[in-house]
Amino acid sequence: MVALRSDTAVLDGLADDLDAGFGAFVRAHSGPVYSTALRLSGSRAEADDLAQETFVRAYRSLRRFDAPRMRALESRPWLLTITLNLWRNRLRHAARRPREARDAPGAEGADPRPGPEAAAEESETSRALVRLLGELPEHHRVPVVLRHVVGLSYAEIASTLGCPEGTAKANVARGLRRLRELTGAAPHPVSRRIVHAKEAP
Amino acid sequence: MTVHPSPAALRALRVEAPPGFVDAVMDRVGLHESDRFVTVRGPAGDLFVAFNDSGISAVMPAALFDDDPKKFALHHRRETGRPAAPAARPPTGLAAALRSGRGTGLRYDLSGLTPFERAVLGKTLEIPSGEVRPYGWVAREIGRPRAVRAVGSALGRNPVPVLIPCHRVVRSDGHIGNYGLGVPMKKTLLHAEGVDIDRLERLADAGVRFLGSDTTGVFCVPSCVHATRIRPAHEVHFRTAAAAVSAGYRPCRHCTPVAERHAS
Repeated sequence: MVALRSDTAVLDGLADDLDAGFGAFVRAHSGPVYSTALRLSGSRAEADDLAQETFVRAYRSLRRFDAPRMRALESRPWLLTITLNLWRNRLRHAARRPREARDAPGAEGADPRPGPEAAAEESETSRALVRLLGELPEHHRVPVVLRHVVGLSYAEIASTLGCPEGTAKANVARGLRRLRELTGAAPHPVSRRIVHAKEAP
Repeated sequence: MTVHPSPAALRALRVEAPPGFVDAVMDRVGLHESDRFVTVRGPAGDLFVAFNDSGISAVMPAALFDDDPKKFALHHRRETGRPAAPAARPPTGLAAALRSGRGTGLRYDLSGLTPFERAVLGKTLEIPSGEVRPYGWVAREIGRPRAVRAVGSALGRNPVPVLIPCHRVVRSDGHIGNYGLGVPMKKTLLHAEGVDIDRLERLADAGVRFLGSDTTGVFCVPSCVHATRIRPAHEVHFRTAAAAVSAGYRPCRHCTPVAERHAS
Protein backbone atom coordinates (compact mmCIF):
# COMPACT_ATOMS: atom_id res chain seq x y z
CA MET A 1 0.00 0.00 0.00
CA VAL A 2 2.78 2.41 0.89
CA ALA A 3 4.92 2.78 -2.20
CA LEU A 4 7.56 5.25 -1.17
CA ARG A 5 8.49 6.43 2.26
CA SER A 6 10.29 9.63 3.11
CA ASP A 7 13.88 9.41 4.24
CA THR A 8 12.82 10.36 7.76
CA ALA A 9 10.34 7.48 7.90
CA VAL A 10 13.00 5.06 6.64
CA LEU A 11 15.48 6.26 9.27
CA ASP A 12 12.81 6.09 11.99
CA GLY A 13 12.28 2.48 10.93
CA LEU A 14 15.99 1.78 11.33
CA ALA A 15 16.16 3.48 14.70
CA ASP A 16 13.08 1.59 15.94
CA ASP A 17 14.37 -1.81 14.92
CA LEU A 18 17.42 -2.12 12.67
CA ASP A 19 16.61 -5.62 11.45
CA ALA A 20 13.00 -4.78 10.69
CA GLY A 21 13.78 -1.46 9.00
CA PHE A 22 16.86 -2.40 7.01
CA GLY A 23 14.93 -3.77 4.01
CA ALA A 24 13.19 -0.43 3.47
CA PHE A 25 16.55 1.35 3.81
CA VAL A 26 18.13 -0.85 1.12
CA ARG A 27 15.11 -0.39 -1.17
CA ALA A 28 15.17 3.39 -0.72
CA HIS A 29 18.83 3.74 -1.68
CA SER A 30 19.61 0.81 -3.95
CA GLY A 31 19.13 2.93 -7.11
CA PRO A 32 21.60 5.72 -6.27
CA VAL A 33 24.18 3.31 -4.84
CA TYR A 34 23.94 0.93 -7.79
CA SER A 35 24.02 3.79 -10.34
CA THR A 36 27.14 5.22 -8.73
CA ALA A 37 28.82 1.83 -8.62
CA LEU A 38 27.92 1.13 -12.26
CA ARG A 39 29.06 4.48 -13.63
CA LEU A 40 32.32 4.39 -11.72
CA SER A 41 33.24 0.76 -12.34
CA GLY A 42 31.74 0.51 -15.82
CA SER A 43 30.67 -3.11 -15.42
CA ARG A 44 27.36 -4.50 -14.20
CA ALA A 45 28.93 -7.45 -12.44
CA GLU A 46 31.34 -5.23 -10.55
CA ALA A 47 28.57 -2.71 -9.81
CA ASP A 48 26.37 -5.43 -8.35
CA ASP A 49 29.22 -6.55 -6.16
CA LEU A 50 30.20 -3.01 -5.08
CA ALA A 51 26.63 -2.00 -4.31
CA GLN A 52 25.88 -5.17 -2.34
CA GLU A 53 29.10 -4.82 -0.40
CA THR A 54 28.18 -1.17 0.35
CA PHE A 55 24.97 -2.25 2.08
CA VAL A 56 26.64 -5.15 3.88
CA ARG A 57 29.23 -2.75 5.35
CA ALA A 58 26.48 -0.22 6.11
CA TYR A 59 24.55 -2.87 8.04
CA ARG A 60 27.61 -3.80 10.10
CA SER A 61 28.22 -0.15 10.95
CA LEU A 62 24.58 0.49 11.76
CA ARG A 63 24.65 -2.31 14.33
CA ARG A 64 27.01 -0.13 16.35
CA PHE A 65 24.95 3.07 15.95
CA ASP A 66 22.48 4.18 18.60
CA ALA A 67 19.00 5.42 17.66
CA PRO A 68 19.75 9.20 17.64
CA ARG A 69 22.75 8.62 15.38
CA MET A 70 20.62 6.60 12.96
CA ARG A 71 17.95 9.28 12.86
CA ALA A 72 20.57 11.94 12.12
CA LEU A 73 22.10 9.93 9.28
CA GLU A 74 22.63 11.63 5.91
CA SER A 75 21.84 8.41 4.11
CA ARG A 76 23.06 9.04 0.58
CA PRO A 77 26.40 10.73 1.36
CA TRP A 78 27.09 8.15 4.06
CA LEU A 79 26.38 5.19 1.77
CA LEU A 80 28.18 6.67 -1.23
CA THR A 81 31.27 7.36 0.86
CA ILE A 82 31.36 3.62 1.55
CA THR A 83 30.88 2.85 -2.16
CA LEU A 84 33.69 5.23 -3.14
CA ASN A 85 36.10 3.79 -0.59
CA LEU A 86 35.35 0.25 -1.73
CA TRP A 87 35.82 1.24 -5.37
CA ARG A 88 39.12 3.05 -4.72
CA ASN A 89 40.46 0.11 -2.75
CA ARG A 90 39.62 -2.25 -5.58
CA LEU A 91 41.29 0.00 -8.13
CA ARG A 92 44.40 0.04 -6.01
CA HIS A 93 44.43 -3.74 -5.62
CA ALA A 94 43.56 -4.45 -9.22
CA ALA A 95 45.93 -1.88 -10.71
CA ARG A 96 47.62 -4.56 -12.77
CA ARG A 97 44.40 -5.87 -14.23
CA PRO A 98 43.87 -5.08 -17.93
CA ARG A 99 41.40 -2.31 -18.66
CA GLU A 100 39.48 -3.92 -21.53
CA ALA A 101 36.99 -5.49 -19.20
CA ARG A 102 35.81 -2.06 -18.10
CA ASP A 103 35.61 -0.55 -21.57
CA ALA A 104 34.10 -3.50 -23.36
CA PRO A 105 31.18 -2.18 -25.41
CA GLY A 106 29.07 -5.20 -24.50
CA ALA A 107 29.31 -4.35 -20.83
CA GLU A 108 26.36 -1.98 -21.14
CA GLY A 109 23.01 -3.76 -21.33
CA ALA A 110 20.21 -1.95 -23.15
CA ASP A 111 18.22 0.34 -20.90
CA PRO A 112 14.55 -0.65 -21.05
CA ARG A 113 13.19 2.88 -20.85
CA PRO A 114 11.21 4.79 -23.56
CA GLY A 115 9.97 3.33 -26.87
CA PRO A 116 12.14 0.81 -28.73
CA GLU A 117 13.47 3.43 -31.18
CA ALA A 118 14.28 6.01 -28.55
CA ALA A 119 15.78 3.31 -26.36
CA ALA A 120 18.13 2.14 -29.08
CA GLU A 121 19.24 5.71 -29.72
CA GLU A 122 19.52 6.49 -26.05
CA SER A 123 21.59 3.45 -25.29
CA GLU A 124 23.98 4.33 -28.13
CA THR A 125 24.39 7.86 -26.77
CA SER A 126 24.68 6.43 -23.30
CA ARG A 127 27.36 3.96 -24.32
CA ALA A 128 29.38 6.76 -25.87
CA LEU A 129 28.89 8.89 -22.78
CA VAL A 130 29.97 6.04 -20.52
CA ARG A 131 33.17 5.68 -22.54
CA LEU A 132 33.83 9.41 -22.17
CA LEU A 133 33.18 9.30 -18.45
CA GLY A 134 35.80 6.56 -18.21
CA GLU A 135 38.35 8.93 -19.66
CA LEU A 136 37.82 11.58 -17.01
CA PRO A 137 40.29 11.60 -14.15
CA GLU A 138 38.76 10.32 -10.93
CA HIS A 139 38.58 13.75 -9.25
CA HIS A 140 36.34 14.93 -12.10
CA ARG A 141 34.47 11.74 -12.85
CA VAL A 142 33.22 11.18 -9.31
CA PRO A 143 31.66 14.64 -8.83
CA VAL A 144 30.05 14.55 -12.29
CA VAL A 145 28.54 11.12 -11.62
CA LEU A 146 27.28 12.13 -8.17
CA ARG A 147 25.78 15.39 -9.44
CA HIS A 148 24.41 14.56 -12.87
CA VAL A 149 23.88 10.82 -12.91
CA VAL A 150 22.79 10.24 -9.31
CA GLY A 151 21.32 13.71 -8.75
CA LEU A 152 22.93 14.59 -5.44
CA SER A 153 22.84 18.19 -4.20
CA TYR A 154 26.15 20.04 -3.95
CA ALA A 155 25.89 19.86 -0.16
CA GLU A 156 25.55 16.06 -0.39
CA ILE A 157 28.48 15.83 -2.81
CA ALA A 158 30.62 17.94 -0.48
CA SER A 159 29.65 15.67 2.39
CA THR A 160 30.40 12.52 0.36
CA LEU A 161 33.79 13.76 -0.79
CA GLY A 162 34.69 15.52 2.44
CA CYS A 163 35.39 18.82 0.70
CA PRO A 164 33.88 22.32 0.83
CA GLU A 165 30.70 22.84 -1.19
CA GLY A 166 32.49 25.36 -3.45
CA THR A 167 35.10 22.77 -4.36
CA ALA A 168 32.40 20.22 -5.15
CA LYS A 169 30.65 22.74 -7.41
CA ALA A 170 33.89 23.68 -9.16
CA ASN A 171 34.87 20.06 -9.79
CA VAL A 172 31.46 19.21 -11.20
CA ALA A 173 31.73 22.19 -13.57
CA ARG A 174 35.30 21.33 -14.55
CA GLY A 175 34.39 17.71 -15.09
CA LEU A 176 31.48 18.63 -17.30
CA ARG A 177 33.67 21.04 -19.29
CA ARG A 178 36.33 18.39 -19.68
CA LEU A 179 33.67 15.95 -20.87
CA ARG A 180 32.62 18.40 -23.56
CA GLU A 181 36.19 18.99 -24.64
CA LEU A 182 36.58 15.23 -25.01
CA THR A 183 33.70 15.13 -27.48
CA GLY A 184 35.89 17.26 -29.78
CA ALA A 185 33.45 20.02 -30.52
CA ALA A 186 34.75 22.95 -28.53
CA PRO A 187 32.07 25.59 -27.76
CA HIS A 188 28.66 23.94 -27.46
CA PRO A 189 25.17 25.30 -27.84
CA VAL A 190 24.65 24.22 -24.23
CA SER A 191 27.60 26.32 -23.04
CA ARG A 192 25.27 28.64 -21.11
CA ARG A 193 24.94 25.91 -18.53
CA ILE A 194 28.71 25.84 -18.10
CA VAL A 195 28.81 29.58 -17.46
CA HIS A 196 26.04 29.14 -14.95
CA ALA A 197 27.85 26.39 -13.09
CA LYS A 198 31.34 27.87 -13.33
CA GLU A 199 33.00 29.32 -10.28
CA ALA A 200 35.13 32.46 -10.23
CA PRO A 201 38.74 31.44 -10.83
CA MET B 1 29.54 10.11 -33.51
CA THR B 2 28.96 13.35 -31.64
CA VAL B 3 27.90 13.10 -28.03
CA HIS B 4 26.49 16.03 -26.13
CA PRO B 5 27.30 15.43 -22.49
CA SER B 6 24.30 17.46 -21.36
CA PRO B 7 22.90 17.02 -17.85
CA ALA B 8 19.89 15.29 -19.43
CA ALA B 9 22.11 12.77 -21.23
CA LEU B 10 23.97 12.10 -17.99
CA ARG B 11 20.72 11.74 -16.10
CA ALA B 12 19.76 8.97 -18.53
CA LEU B 13 22.68 6.97 -17.12
CA ARG B 14 20.79 6.65 -13.84
CA VAL B 15 19.59 3.06 -13.36
CA GLU B 16 17.64 0.98 -10.89
CA ALA B 17 19.37 -1.81 -9.03
CA PRO B 18 18.82 -5.14 -10.81
CA PRO B 19 15.92 -7.37 -9.72
CA GLY B 20 16.76 -9.46 -6.69
CA PHE B 21 19.28 -6.92 -5.46
CA VAL B 22 17.49 -6.24 -2.15
CA ASP B 23 17.05 -9.97 -1.53
CA ALA B 24 20.73 -10.60 -2.21
CA VAL B 25 21.75 -7.93 0.30
CA MET B 26 19.29 -9.17 2.91
CA ASP B 27 20.62 -12.71 2.46
CA ARG B 28 24.20 -11.55 2.90
CA VAL B 29 23.47 -9.76 6.17
CA GLY B 30 21.46 -12.73 7.40
CA LEU B 31 18.07 -11.00 7.33
CA HIS B 32 15.67 -12.94 5.20
CA GLU B 33 12.74 -10.66 4.62
CA SER B 34 10.15 -11.83 7.05
CA ASP B 35 7.47 -10.53 9.33
CA ARG B 36 8.39 -10.07 12.95
CA PHE B 37 6.16 -10.58 15.93
CA VAL B 38 5.78 -9.77 19.57
CA THR B 39 3.66 -11.08 22.41
CA VAL B 40 1.66 -8.33 24.08
CA ARG B 41 -0.98 -8.12 26.77
CA GLY B 42 -4.36 -7.55 25.13
CA PRO B 43 -7.75 -6.65 26.60
CA ALA B 44 -8.67 -10.37 26.71
CA GLY B 45 -5.41 -12.23 27.25
CA ASP B 46 -2.05 -12.23 25.49
CA LEU B 47 -1.84 -11.61 21.76
CA PHE B 48 0.70 -12.46 19.09
CA VAL B 49 1.08 -9.39 16.86
CA ALA B 50 3.03 -9.77 13.59
CA PHE B 51 4.21 -6.83 11.52
CA ASN B 52 6.50 -5.81 8.66
CA ASP B 53 7.55 -2.67 6.78
CA SER B 54 4.02 -1.92 5.66
CA GLY B 55 2.40 -2.31 9.04
CA ILE B 56 0.73 -4.82 11.34
CA SER B 57 -0.04 -7.98 9.39
CA ALA B 58 -1.60 -10.37 11.91
CA VAL B 59 -3.13 -10.46 15.39
CA MET B 60 -3.95 -13.73 17.13
CA PRO B 61 -4.83 -14.67 20.72
CA ALA B 62 -1.83 -16.50 22.15
CA ALA B 63 -4.19 -18.97 23.83
CA LEU B 64 -5.11 -20.38 20.40
CA PHE B 65 -1.50 -21.55 20.08
CA ASP B 66 -1.06 -22.72 23.68
CA ASP B 67 1.03 -19.53 24.15
CA ASP B 68 3.68 -21.14 21.96
CA PRO B 69 5.41 -18.60 19.66
CA LYS B 70 6.68 -21.41 17.41
CA LYS B 71 3.16 -22.62 16.71
CA PHE B 72 2.11 -19.07 15.87
CA ALA B 73 5.10 -18.61 13.52
CA LEU B 74 4.16 -21.82 11.74
CA HIS B 75 0.55 -20.73 11.38
CA HIS B 76 1.63 -17.27 10.14
CA ARG B 77 3.85 -18.80 7.50
CA ARG B 78 0.99 -20.99 6.28
CA GLU B 79 -1.40 -18.02 6.15
CA THR B 80 0.87 -15.37 4.61
CA GLY B 81 3.70 -17.33 3.01
CA ARG B 82 6.14 -15.28 5.10
CA PRO B 83 8.16 -16.51 8.04
CA ALA B 84 7.74 -14.64 11.31
CA ALA B 85 10.67 -14.05 13.63
CA PRO B 86 10.46 -12.71 17.18
CA ALA B 87 11.02 -8.94 17.34
CA ALA B 88 12.95 -7.08 19.98
CA ARG B 89 10.30 -4.40 20.35
CA PRO B 90 6.63 -4.00 19.42
CA PRO B 91 5.77 -1.52 16.64
CA THR B 92 5.40 2.08 17.77
CA GLY B 93 1.95 2.87 19.14
CA LEU B 94 0.81 -0.72 19.63
CA ALA B 95 0.63 -0.60 23.43
CA ALA B 96 -1.22 2.73 23.36
CA ALA B 97 -3.70 1.42 20.79
CA LEU B 98 -4.46 -1.65 22.89
CA ARG B 99 -4.86 0.46 26.03
CA SER B 100 -7.21 3.01 24.42
CA GLY B 101 -9.03 0.64 22.07
CA ARG B 102 -8.24 3.06 19.24
CA GLY B 103 -6.32 1.40 16.42
CA THR B 104 -6.60 4.34 14.02
CA GLY B 105 -3.02 5.55 14.58
CA LEU B 106 -1.38 2.28 13.50
CA ARG B 107 -0.41 1.15 10.01
CA TYR B 108 -1.72 -2.18 8.75
CA ASP B 109 -0.50 -4.53 6.05
CA LEU B 110 -3.78 -5.50 4.38
CA SER B 111 -2.10 -6.28 1.06
CA GLY B 112 -3.65 -9.75 0.80
CA LEU B 113 -7.20 -8.39 0.89
CA THR B 114 -9.60 -7.15 -1.79
CA PRO B 115 -10.45 -3.44 -2.04
CA PHE B 116 -13.94 -4.23 -0.66
CA GLU B 117 -12.45 -6.04 2.35
CA ARG B 118 -10.08 -3.14 2.93
CA ALA B 119 -13.00 -0.66 2.79
CA VAL B 120 -14.96 -2.72 5.32
CA LEU B 121 -12.00 -2.88 7.71
CA GLY B 122 -11.22 0.81 7.22
CA LYS B 123 -14.76 1.76 8.22
CA THR B 124 -14.77 -0.71 11.14
CA LEU B 125 -11.60 0.94 12.44
CA GLU B 126 -13.66 4.11 13.04
CA ILE B 127 -16.09 2.50 15.51
CA PRO B 128 -15.20 3.92 18.92
CA SER B 129 -14.27 1.72 21.84
CA GLY B 130 -17.31 0.80 23.97
CA GLU B 131 -19.78 1.12 21.08
CA VAL B 132 -21.13 -1.28 18.47
CA ARG B 133 -22.60 -0.84 14.96
CA PRO B 134 -24.69 -3.22 12.86
CA TYR B 135 -23.28 -4.96 9.76
CA GLY B 136 -25.78 -2.93 7.75
CA TRP B 137 -24.26 0.29 9.04
CA VAL B 138 -20.81 -0.68 7.73
CA ALA B 139 -22.33 -1.70 4.39
CA ARG B 140 -24.18 1.59 4.09
CA GLU B 141 -21.23 3.73 5.17
CA ILE B 142 -18.91 2.28 2.52
CA GLY B 143 -21.56 2.89 -0.13
CA ARG B 144 -22.61 -0.77 -0.57
CA PRO B 145 -25.89 -0.85 1.40
CA ARG B 146 -26.96 -4.22 -0.03
CA ALA B 147 -23.67 -5.98 0.70
CA VAL B 148 -24.54 -6.76 4.34
CA ARG B 149 -23.63 -10.44 4.10
CA ALA B 150 -20.40 -9.64 2.27
CA VAL B 151 -19.50 -7.28 5.12
CA GLY B 152 -19.90 -10.19 7.52
CA SER B 153 -17.62 -12.41 5.43
CA ALA B 154 -15.03 -9.62 5.07
CA LEU B 155 -14.98 -9.12 8.84
CA GLY B 156 -14.56 -12.87 9.26
CA ARG B 157 -11.34 -12.59 7.26
CA ASN B 158 -9.98 -9.68 9.31
CA PRO B 159 -6.27 -10.57 9.76
CA VAL B 160 -5.84 -8.03 12.56
CA PRO B 161 -8.77 -8.53 14.99
CA VAL B 162 -8.88 -6.59 18.26
CA LEU B 163 -6.87 -3.75 16.65
CA ILE B 164 -9.34 -3.40 13.78
CA PRO B 165 -12.34 -3.92 16.02
CA CYS B 166 -14.58 -6.30 14.08
CA HIS B 167 -15.90 -7.37 17.48
CA ARG B 168 -17.74 -4.01 17.51
CA VAL B 169 -19.90 -5.01 14.55
CA VAL B 170 -23.14 -6.75 15.54
CA ARG B 171 -26.27 -8.10 13.91
CA SER B 172 -28.68 -5.57 12.49
CA ASP B 173 -31.39 -6.67 14.95
CA GLY B 174 -29.07 -5.64 17.77
CA HIS B 175 -27.99 -9.13 18.86
CA ILE B 176 -24.28 -9.66 19.41
CA GLY B 177 -23.89 -12.04 16.44
CA ASN B 178 -20.95 -14.18 15.41
CA TYR B 179 -17.23 -13.71 15.71
CA GLY B 180 -14.26 -15.29 13.98
CA LEU B 181 -12.55 -15.97 17.29
CA GLY B 182 -15.75 -17.25 18.92
CA VAL B 183 -18.71 -15.51 20.54
CA PRO B 184 -17.29 -15.79 24.10
CA MET B 185 -14.21 -13.84 22.95
CA LYS B 186 -16.44 -11.20 21.34
CA LYS B 187 -18.34 -10.79 24.59
CA THR B 188 -15.14 -10.62 26.63
CA LEU B 189 -13.69 -7.92 24.36
CA LEU B 190 -16.91 -5.86 24.41
CA HIS B 191 -17.29 -6.27 28.17
CA ALA B 192 -13.67 -5.19 28.68
CA GLU B 193 -14.40 -1.89 26.97
CA GLY B 194 -17.53 -1.22 28.98
CA VAL B 195 -20.33 -2.40 26.67
CA ASP B 196 -23.39 -3.52 28.66
CA ILE B 197 -24.05 -6.65 26.63
CA ASP B 198 -27.01 -7.86 28.71
CA ARG B 199 -28.79 -4.57 28.18
CA LEU B 200 -28.11 -4.64 24.43
CA GLU B 201 -29.44 -8.20 24.22
CA ARG B 202 -32.55 -7.25 26.25
CA LEU B 203 -33.28 -4.32 23.92
CA ALA B 204 -32.69 -6.56 20.89
CA ASP B 205 -35.08 -9.20 22.32
CA ALA B 206 -37.72 -6.49 22.76
CA GLY B 207 -37.22 -5.40 19.15
CA VAL B 208 -35.83 -2.01 20.20
CA ARG B 209 -33.14 -0.84 17.79
CA PHE B 210 -32.93 2.86 18.52
CA LEU B 211 -33.04 5.00 21.64
CA GLY B 212 -34.20 8.62 21.65
CA SER B 213 -34.04 11.36 24.23
CA ASP B 214 -37.20 13.39 24.63
CA THR B 215 -35.16 16.32 25.95
CA THR B 216 -32.76 16.60 22.99
CA GLY B 217 -34.97 15.09 20.29
CA VAL B 218 -32.05 13.01 19.04
CA PHE B 219 -32.07 9.23 18.45
CA CYS B 220 -29.09 6.85 18.51
CA VAL B 221 -28.09 3.20 18.25
CA PRO B 222 -28.33 1.78 21.81
CA SER B 223 -24.57 1.57 22.42
CA CYS B 224 -23.82 5.14 21.27
CA VAL B 225 -22.01 7.14 23.91
CA HIS B 226 -24.84 9.71 23.71
CA ALA B 227 -27.54 7.06 24.18
CA THR B 228 -25.87 5.82 27.37
CA ARG B 229 -26.24 9.34 28.80
CA ILE B 230 -30.03 9.43 28.39
CA ARG B 231 -31.71 9.29 31.81
CA PRO B 232 -34.29 6.46 32.10
CA ALA B 233 -37.14 8.94 32.52
CA HIS B 234 -36.34 10.55 29.17
CA GLU B 235 -35.48 7.40 27.19
CA VAL B 236 -37.80 6.69 24.22
CA HIS B 237 -37.64 3.34 22.39
CA PHE B 238 -37.99 2.92 18.63
CA ARG B 239 -38.21 -0.25 16.54
CA THR B 240 -37.30 1.50 13.30
CA ALA B 241 -35.46 4.64 12.28
CA ALA B 242 -38.51 5.69 10.27
CA ALA B 243 -40.61 5.64 13.45
CA ALA B 244 -38.07 7.86 15.19
CA VAL B 245 -37.97 10.30 12.29
CA SER B 246 -41.73 10.48 12.00
CA ALA B 247 -41.90 11.15 15.75
CA GLY B 248 -39.81 14.26 15.05
CA TYR B 249 -36.45 12.91 16.24
CA ARG B 250 -33.23 13.68 14.39
CA PRO B 251 -30.50 11.03 13.92
CA CYS B 252 -27.40 11.40 16.08
CA ARG B 253 -24.38 12.76 14.23
CA HIS B 254 -21.98 10.58 16.22
CA CYS B 255 -23.46 7.12 15.62
CA THR B 256 -25.29 8.01 12.34
CA PRO B 257 -28.18 5.53 12.80
CA VAL B 258 -29.51 6.34 9.31
CA ALA B 259 -27.93 7.51 6.06
CA GLU B 260 -27.08 11.22 5.76
CA ARG B 261 -29.75 11.93 3.15
CA HIS B 262 -32.52 10.89 5.57
CA ALA B 263 -31.21 13.31 8.13
CA SER B 264 -32.64 16.47 6.60
